[in-house]
Amino acid sequence: MSDRSLDRLAVLEVARLSKRYPTGDLALREVDLRVDRGEVVALIGPSGAGKSTLIRCVNQLVQPTSGVVRLDGTEVTGLGSRALRRARRRMGMIFQEYALIERLTVMENALSGRLGYVGFWRSWFRRFPMSDVAEAFALLDRVGLADMANKRADALSGGQRQRVGIVRALMQRPELLLVDEPTASLDPKTSRQIMRLILELCAERGLAAIINIHDVALARQFAMRIVGLRSGAIVFDGAPGSLDAAALTSIYGVEDWSATLGQGAKDAKEDRSPQRGTLPDVERLAGLA
Amino acid sequence: MPSLPSSGVEASIWRRRSVKGDLLAWGAWLVVVLATMLSFRTISDATIWDFVWDAPTQGADLLARAVPPRWEYAGVLWKPLWDTVNMASLGTLVAMALGVPVAVLAARNTTPSVTLVRPLALLVIVASRSINSLIWALLLVVIIGPGPLAGTIAIALRSVGFVGKLLYEAIEEIDRAQVEATEATGASPAQVLAWSIAPQVAPTIAGIGVFRWDINIREATVLGLVGAGGIGLQLEASVATLAWPQVSVILLLILATVIVSEWVSAQVRRAIT
Repeated sequence: MSDRSLDRLAVLEVARLSKRYPTGDLALREVDLRVDRGEVVALIGPSGAGKSTLIRCVNQLVQPTSGVVRLDGTEVTGLGSRALRRARRRMGMIFQEYALIERLTVMENALSGRLGYVGFWRSWFRRFPMSDVAEAFALLDRVGLADMANKRADALSGGQRQRVGIVRALMQRPELLLVDEPTASLDPKTSRQIMRLILELCAERGLAAIINIHDVALARQFAMRIVGLRSGAIVFDGAPGSLDAAALTSIYGVEDWSATLGQGAKDAKEDRSPQRGTLPDVERLAGLA
Repeated sequence: MPSLPSSGVEASIWRRRSVKGDLLAWGAWLVVVLATMLSFRTISDATIWDFVWDAPTQGADLLARAVPPRWEYAGVLWKPLWDTVNMASLGTLVAMALGVPVAVLAARNTTPSVTLVRPLALLVIVASRSINSLIWALLLVVIIGPGPLAGTIAIALRSVGFVGKLLYEAIEEIDRAQVEATEATGASPAQVLAWSIAPQVAPTIAGIGVFRWDINIREATVLGLVGAGGIGLQLEASVATLAWPQVSVILLLILATVIVSEWVSAQVRRAIT
């Protein structure tokens, strides 16, 4: 792991972040988290542990009750609406159900990643700068959707939609990706392809990412670091290899983890780096059932 | 005896309602039946039954006098019919132009202020909806004089609330995730409206527009009765002079127009979605 004492490496710093919803539920309790440049963190934990709330507090889609979020050293919490929009441009977000604008085309969805950079009327008449359009074409090509630019988003399959979601996030030229359950609506094979794609793109661009994920095996397979959240507090933070049965129990509660870990350990060993997709998916799936 | 799984436990008795619930349900039915019978009594007392028994003869007589339609009268009707369609179309356009912003102000998730602006927008919607366009026309003929202008404004005033209500309900039911995703890009509120809310309600807006236009064609045909322009004026004149062959021409013409407008709106609604 990189040297965490070097401040300039931190792209995101979260300090004593708490969120209490109006219903009284305490979703986050004084969470401290630091993500370095280029670091891909998998955030795991049971449903309702506060994973979604945490990444939504980072880009202020959810207003934290207390605590500080710093992006690249500048405080995001408590910004005015205009400054907040500027900060949001630097954080791309990818969603579980893709959250594409269903009735717009793939190209329009990709270009919507530039909305924070373009004035209202330019965006209304779809007069985006040529460089934006060129970049959108290049990114769509990169994720394998070159011919789909003029298709409507709702005509695409789940995997294709998530690729458009990824392109939209990257169009922002972000420094940090906030990824909320990217694979929860996808089949196991597509899930792996999407995870691999996200990891590759992060590596290519030196992007940091926080990935909320339910699938422990996937998290161990792809992430550089795993953070476990339980009832709004971080109970585990370490390398995928150190996520053992005791750690899983502290995150999720008592359960027989041997199958999960056996599978994950094999994956982690043989397919740690995303570029080296070696194991045939069938083999991995066998252990998941 | 159907074979039940022999679990050793005595079969439990299940009822849909409790005894009290049953009594309440039967009581409710009894009240409905009594109310119906009572109402029928009241209506019956207020009816001159001799006239009703005579109705088939009277109807047949009226029909006989209305047939054959005086087709040559249609020549006079094209202009008022054209006015009628124009009143409906223009009124609908004005209503859309006013109703869409009102809906944005009224929808809980797009209004600038839930405590201040939203109630005002809702008041506009309720005020517009509670007054029939015939009554609007009646008032407007007094204010701005008779003619198609009064009819157009009457149609528009009545339709603003209709458009506003249906649209604001649609806006409140949009997919929140698409809005969130657009906000996350750093888009401004106006861009969020244009890029994530407008695309979601665009089919609804078009659907409401043609639906209301279709209704307005029918409403516009009667506005002439109070002098607000359109074919209703000729209808009133013909009924007043007992010119039944003319009345039948007018009614057939209205029927044809409504069929065409329904066909058009069905086509439009099928094209969008």
